[in-house]
Amino acid sequence: MEMPTLTQIVFYSCAGLAVLSALVVILHPNAVRSALFLVLTLFAVAVLYVLLNAQFIAAVQVIVYAGAVMVLFLFVIMLLNAGQTLEGFKKPVRKIIGGIFGLIMLGHIMSIAWVATVINAKPNPDTMATQDMVAQAGHSELLGMALFSKYIYPFEAISVLLLMAIIGSVILAKRKL
Amino acid sequence: MIGLNEYLILAAVLFGIGVTGVLTRRNAIVIFMSIELMLNSVNLTFVAFSRFMDSLDGQIFVFFIMTVAAAEVAVGLAIIIAIFRNKKTVNVDDMNIMKW
Repeated sequence: MEMPTLTQIVFYSCAGLAVLSALVVILHPNAVRSALFLVLTLFAVAVLYVLLNAQFIAAVQVIVYAGAVMVLFLFVIMLLNAGQTLEGFKKPVRKIIGGIFGLIMLGHIMSIAWVATVINAKPNPDTMATQDMVAQAGHSELLGMALFSKYIYPFEAISVLLLMAIIGSVILAKRKL
Repeated sequence: MIGLNEYLILAAVLFGIGVTGVLTRRNAIVIFMSIELMLNSVNLTFVAFSRFMDSLDGQIFVFFIMTVAAAEVAVGLAIIIAIFRNKKTVNVDDMNIMKW
């Protein structure tokens, strides 16, 4: 039996951590614990991004998701005092049916994921990034070049979306308009 | 060497867990967290394909998905706060005002 490489050790430990903590997220009755385990899942996925040579995406994942979004979640949970259990065991039949449908969905996607391959990959010359290019120029530089040249209009549109989200959330959460 | 299929299978498992969470939980905030889980698994698929196709397009998609997800969380949690102010609960079973 051959020794596992470092990449394999990192991948399988992070994948296992992500799956286990994701299971805790949906199974734990306390919403605060669910939020904290979701942070763990997001961190494990960020490690996998580094493994896939996507360092900038990994940094954004930690800063935006594990940082900003999860702080927002925890604030709302504590603001509404919604941390305590409200599930109960009144209707277990719904959990069973939901679990069955979730497993069917999982099996369906898995059957595709198991055999998926990249055929006839012809990367766009504007956004091509081989491993050598990433090692030489740096990941953020390549991403920034693509973002500010080919994808400049989506990039501007997303700023309008963020402005709308700010205004919308302030208006929705306001006590009286 | 870890290939494309390992990443896709992991993303599929995370997505399945997210779907199960949405279908089984009744706390609106936990349902939101399950949706975040699904968004994350799709992001993982995008990054894996981008790595194995030597193209940055997938990672730019991930960048935009993250922005939209952040906006969605802000608006969604504001809606949950507004509902809580009226109904004093975050249980989705009690939010049946649009049910005919």
